Amino acid sequence: MFDFEGVPVEAYEGESVAVALYALGVDVFSWSHKLKRPRGPFCMIGKCSNCFMSINGLPNVKSCRIPVKDGLKVERQRGWVAPEAIHLMDKHSEIVELNPDLLIIGGGPAGLEAALTASNYGLNVVLVDEHFKLGGQLLKQTHKFFGNVELFGGMRGFQIAEEYSRKISELRNVQVLTNTVVYGVFRGGVVGAINESKHYIIKPRAVIAATGAQERYLDFQNNDLPGVIGAGGAQTIMNEFGVKPGEKSIVIGSGNVGLIISYQLLQSGVEVKGVVEILSEIGGWFVHAAKIRRYGVPVFTRHALKYVEGNPRVQKAVVAAVDDKLNFVPGSEKEFDVDLVLLAVGLEPDARLHAQAGAVMKYIPELGGLVPIRTRDLETTVVNMYVAGDSSGIEEATTAILEGKIAALSIVSKLCDGSRAENASSTLEKTLRFLWDEYRSSPLLTRARRGKEQATVPREELEDFRKKFPSPISFG
Amino acid sequence: MGGEKTVIICRCNDVTLDDVLTAIHEGIDDFELLRKYLKIGFGPCQGRSCIMIAARIFAKEKGLSIEDVLRNYRIRPPIIPVSSKYFIHGDNS
Repeated sequence: MFDFEGVPVEAYEGESVAVALYALGVDVFSWSHKLKRPRGPFCMIGKCSNCFMSINGLPNVKSCRIPVKDGLKVERQRGWVAPEAIHLMDKHSEIVELNPDLLIIGGGPAGLEAALTASNYGLNVVLVDEHFKLGGQLLKQTHKFFGNVELFGGMRGFQIAEEYSRKISELRNVQVLTNTVVYGVFRGGVVGAINESKHYIIKPRAVIAATGAQERYLDFQNNDLPGVIGAGGAQTIMNEFGVKPGEKSIVIGSGNVGLIISYQLLQSGVEVKGVVEILSEIGGWFVHAAKIRRYGVPVFTRHALKYVEGNPRVQKAVVAAVDDKLNFVPGSEKEFDVDLVLLAVGLEPDARLHAQAGAVMKYIPELGGLVPIRTRDLETTVVNMYVAGDSSGIEEATTAILEGKIAALSIVSKLCDGSRAENASSTLEKTLRFLWDEYRSSPLLTRARRGKEQATVPREELEDFRKKFPSPISFG
Repeated sequence: MGGEKTVIICRCNDVTLDDVLTAIHEGIDDFELLRKYLKIGFGPCQGRSCIMIAARIFAKEKGLSIEDVLRNYRIRPPIIPVSSKYFIHGDNS
């Protein structure tokens, strides 16, 4: 039971404030600080600023990251809000110093597998995640994984997350810090992280930043209207928390995410008026496209979203055909009466921590944006700082698991000696061969493979980069 | 409300497409200058939504590649908003 602008709200334990309010039918979470435009949630995973609310007098709190709790006081911000003086005076944040062998940032598939692997070899691990639950985006994956049983073939994403969480909770050498955010990396190999009451100063011997990705945003008229939601955001609302995200929807983008979300919307009883694709062909796999085709959902190829309208939430979306130069064809507009516009226009790696640490970055369109240059075993140009999972370039959950394992094994082979190091090195070689020569040789992963090849350099080249662009930060 | 046809580029700081195009046409010819002038990516999400959209528009207007546009883009700590209370330690510093 929490307080929303004077009204008591009952919610389920384990829900976020944002989901509880969304389930209640709250469309507007705030009015923006300059233009006073209504805003509703968008990403639901703490990457954007759309679900900001004032919580217990502190403004600009991501309501998607705060679990419901008795006594919370939640208010919508109308324009710019100053924090209550109490928050500026509060000096009671305890400082905690940690010195683990390995710090893992991000508890998604890559981070979880890395923690498990490193722990098996006896390393002391600290695992930090922003969310109050481990699993990352596995939590919203309700479809079954393909492939063999060792890589969770036949299991659903959220079950994989549960299994990892259970295993990790039993390990004595892994300290898990949920609801904790890393805010920066500093000279001397110091990482700063905070949660509600503590300030962690972490000095690890090595770091794996598996910080995932964020959903791409699009520029169209009224693109910030409540009801315009990231496809992944809608999956969080619907698949992780069991709340229906709307009644009538249109999906922008026909990649796998767009196709899968369309199918999941249909399963939850949401009407899907169409899937809009700017290119001339459906982007996702045939198996997913076939599912929505069977339901008779039209796919409008060579079309794009022109604008949306509604007050305070989306009521209408207008889509139009595009020509060879991707300009709108006059007179080709189609109007859709919808309350949900889902953007499934791709993901962008979130490697901001590597960039901030001074890692050499490269823009690779196949991987979704800026990613750190790395060796085959995933070390970046910042000494002993590794990358794994979507933050190394957008791919999918199974490769994220494999990358997490590779990064952890590489670190083990460096930090340990004797038979443990030898064992880790040989497992590392096997895993690398499996990832590059078998798993990624699937024609479905060609694009991502090409991207990852461009981001991967031989060890000597990495050393050259280190000499040319030295980072002030290193670990170990 | 910023008008019926508003396209928002940076949601944190309410920067519109018009703002970006006007600034470019007024002569801002460097992406970092554009960011500092309009405060794109200076808000609480630290550019997670807006940078790539703004970079794409700038690249198109100036006939540059995205790589060129982002060449001098740097990320500084803190990479997320942090309350100042974590850095005030009156009695033990």
